[in-house]
Amino acid sequence: MIDLIAIENHLPALQVVIPLLLAPVAILVSLPFLSWLVALFGSLFCLYASVSLFFQVSEFGKINYFMGGWLPPYGIEYVIDEASSFMIVLISLMGVFATIFAYQSLKKEINKKSQSKVYGMWLLALGGLLGLVTTGDAFNLFVFLEISSLSSVTLVALGSKKDKRALTAAFNYLLIGAVGATFYVIGVGLLYSVTGTLNIADLTIKISELTANNSVKAGISFIIIGLMVKAAIFPLHIWLPSAYTFAPSAVAVLLTATATKAALYVLARILFTLLFNADDFTVIILQWVLLPASIVAIFFGTIRAIFEKDIKKLLAFSSLSQIGYITIGLTLGTASGIMASFIHIANHSMMKAALFMGIGAISIQLKKSINVDDLKGLSKSMPVTSISLTVVILSLLGIPLTIGFISKVYLLKAVFSHGNWPILFIIVLTSFLALGYAWQMIENIWMKQPGDSALTINDDPKIYIPLVALAVFNILFGIYAYPVVNSAFNASTAIFWKAL
Amino acid sequence: MISSINFIYLALLPPLLAPIFIFIFKNNQNLRDSVGLIGSLISFYATINITNDLINGGSPTLYLFNIFSDLSLSFKVTPLGAVFGLLCSGLWILAAIYSIGYMRGNNEKNQTRFYIFYSLSIFGALCVAWSSNLLVLFIFYEFLTFATYPLVVHKETDDSIKASRLYLGILVGSSLMLFLPAIIWVWYSVGTLNFADGGILNNTFDPVYAPILLSLFVFGIGKAALMPLHWWLPAAMVAPTPVSALLHAVAVVKAGVFSILMVICYIFGPEFMNSSGSGKFLIWASTITLFLSSVIAIRKNDIKARLAYSTVSQLSYIILGGAIASNYSLIASVSNIMMHGVGKITLFFCAGAIYVSTKITKITDLNGIGHKMPLTFIAFSIGALSIIGIPPLGGSWSKFYLLLGAAQSELTIIIIILAISTLLNTYYLLDPVFRAFFMDKNESVKSVKHPLTVYPALCSAFLVILLFFYIDPLLQLVNLIIYLP
Repeated sequence: MIDLIAIENHLPALQVVIPLLLAPVAILVSLPFLSWLVALFGSLFCLYASVSLFFQVSEFGKINYFMGGWLPPYGIEYVIDEASSFMIVLISLMGVFATIFAYQSLKKEINKKSQSKVYGMWLLALGGLLGLVTTGDAFNLFVFLEISSLSSVTLVALGSKKDKRALTAAFNYLLIGAVGATFYVIGVGLLYSVTGTLNIADLTIKISELTANNSVKAGISFIIIGLMVKAAIFPLHIWLPSAYTFAPSAVAVLLTATATKAALYVLARILFTLLFNADDFTVIILQWVLLPASIVAIFFGTIRAIFEKDIKKLLAFSSLSQIGYITIGLTLGTASGIMASFIHIANHSMMKAALFMGIGAISIQLKKSINVDDLKGLSKSMPVTSISLTVVILSLLGIPLTIGFISKVYLLKAVFSHGNWPILFIIVLTSFLALGYAWQMIENIWMKQPGDSALTINDDPKIYIPLVALAVFNILFGIYAYPVVNSAFNASTAIFWKAL
Repeated sequence: MISSINFIYLALLPPLLAPIFIFIFKNNQNLRDSVGLIGSLISFYATINITNDLINGGSPTLYLFNIFSDLSLSFKVTPLGAVFGLLCSGLWILAAIYSIGYMRGNNEKNQTRFYIFYSLSIFGALCVAWSSNLLVLFIFYEFLTFATYPLVVHKETDDSIKASRLYLGILVGSSLMLFLPAIIWVWYSVGTLNFADGGILNNTFDPVYAPILLSLFVFGIGKAALMPLHWWLPAAMVAPTPVSALLHAVAVVKAGVFSILMVICYIFGPEFMNSSGSGKFLIWASTITLFLSSVIAIRKNDIKARLAYSTVSQLSYIILGGAIASNYSLIASVSNIMMHGVGKITLFFCAGAIYVSTKITKITDLNGIGHKMPLTFIAFSIGALSIIGIPPLGGSWSKFYLLLGAAQSELTIIIIILAISTLLNTYYLLDPVFRAFFMDKNESVKSVKHPLTVYPALCSAFLVILLFFYIDPLLQLVNLIIYLP
């Protein structure tokens, strides 16, 4: 009993440390199945830790955990509040789903020899992302940014057995990611030179006294640009489409559901916590950088997706536009806008992860990348996958009774209360245009006669279980939205405490 | 005595659960096809009880849970909703019988899928009818669109895929781009979306913007087929006739005008409609639609296309009544929802019966057919005369009240246009009857008898006559809307 209590107290550290420690174990056991079990154990532990932290926070409020007992501003602090607990639950939950999906799909897509290494990288990525959202230290944040990026790059590169272009995609990702991380660390350096602290809470206080300081402004600009690269915000998104397309299916699921979302969260926190007193400057960033970028991202992503035939790439471009919706919520600079963004962060993870799983399940069987035409007649050969995919596509379109609708309603409501009519129009127009790329998939799945290749494929329960579970989530939280909406509300108030 | 809450369950569950049984029995044709019929009977029984409860002063409600903190997924039967609910569940019985005859007579493929989505569509329509707030209405409005999509695309030919794209594009596009923003606007400025007697906009909404809001609503509700958003309805005629009959003459299109009437009666409120003057443009938009679509209908040689344009025209009669928003015109609208529904389903039943027996789809091919299918054409004449508005048929009531309403509001030009439109209606609806009975026979046409497609048409034709004499319950319901306590 005493041990358990001790574990409870150290959960904020353990949820990061355990996956990082398990990573070498997964590599060393070097049997794919055992490595997978290690990865599954790691992700399940993270889920347990994050869920219990979530309930601790909602019961007792914010948790400040001091790494090694060193007090801030000198030691490293982990902050678990309503917002970061929301994110760790999301990331670890999606991590579990992706890990379950990974075993079967990696077995088919990757050499037996490198499979164990994948799980090592997998755990590193997971731990890095969890650290990224919980750390309260600006430099520690950089470390986790790098851990998660480098492991993601490796994971993407492992897609090279399937398609050699994965190597160039990974190299692009590496270069652009490194530039982004460098920008971030330059920004942190500048802030450190002025304030002499790296603790984010401490920085917040110190910066508020230095609003006119140009080093602060430059530092913040560097930080924001660095994070925009990680979050794939237009025009710094160029690594994303090819990385998602050529990565192994399971890796695409993991990245889309967690990596960009974690970066978006960090961006939101920097924007609204660190800058809460540098008012004018925040407004400039929101109105003149982030807002135009998100509008272009929405249009660009939607239109590219309409003309894209390779489905994974299509989904990647669709992600680009969906990230645009998330950042539009942030640019409103109101509590309800941030809340809408949080809702969409969670909902978009659930949709896109399921979509990549479904498409991955098909591509694993056909042993090639999937075109829109390859979906023809899918309803006859893979009925379960077809139904799940249809549900999720409807959700992506924001049809009522799915989570996509919940996101849309809250985003529209936030835009409305902000009184920004043009943005409202852009949102409804592009969400209608999304029919253009989404509906051709549904038509092909259900209405067209199957081609030759379709005859050889069939449903595989070992692959579709996580997909079906996510499809059920898409409907369940679309009808009973309270849990997501309520925790997103708490998260937004935690981030946007100026409003209180 | 079961409480009325249970009756809402009892009415909604059969169409929701029927698909499961249809799927289970997919290998036993008779068992599968009877599921829909049994479901419709249960549902209609429950709907009658709900309506009785409402007339006796009850207020049947069903609360499920909160979707958002201030909005619940719940159902509350309004008098308007009771009329629409009665119409849907009542005609579902006839359509269930009819579709068995039609689908078997035509040897259609994918019948299981057809019955599953047919039943889900009815569920959507009933949920729209009894929704307690605008958001629930919107949710099931969209549900209805997507539930009918597989029915429209049923044949899976290139033509039907193309038509269904138009169907989905217009309905989803208008509802996303106009209807949803309008709802959010109301939500934001009033703080609630619950339907309330006399409207919720009064005092809280700036009357200057009221016409803009109303136009977002009426053009956003594409199912009401107000021009220029009417294209989807003729396109949807590629569906099998039972779909055109129950869904595109009754459930779907009436869900559209019903939503508009709900917005006018329970969101705007008749008083605010008149004081803000927001109905003015709508009077003209609907009058132009009803006139133009009558003109187009004359030029259509395809039976179903002509009936579709006739539907567009009749829907605008209903919208016109709502736009005038006086007592008489609202009576006209509500009764026309019922009367046109019963009349038009009769016409579609007949069109389908003709197609199943003889494969004729063109009006010019109907010459002399009346002697081979006398019962079908008698039913067709009754339905047509009712829609034109000849007593003693149900449709005459709604035309009478609409003219009364227009006269009361001193809209002389509208009355003249209505008169001309009635002449056009007479021409294009009686033309097929005339050809069938009085033109020379075309001996080459062979006909096969399919009684299951003929009797439902006769039943609904009989219902048309019955409704003329049995108008009282309907008026009682309408009075509940107009004369508020």
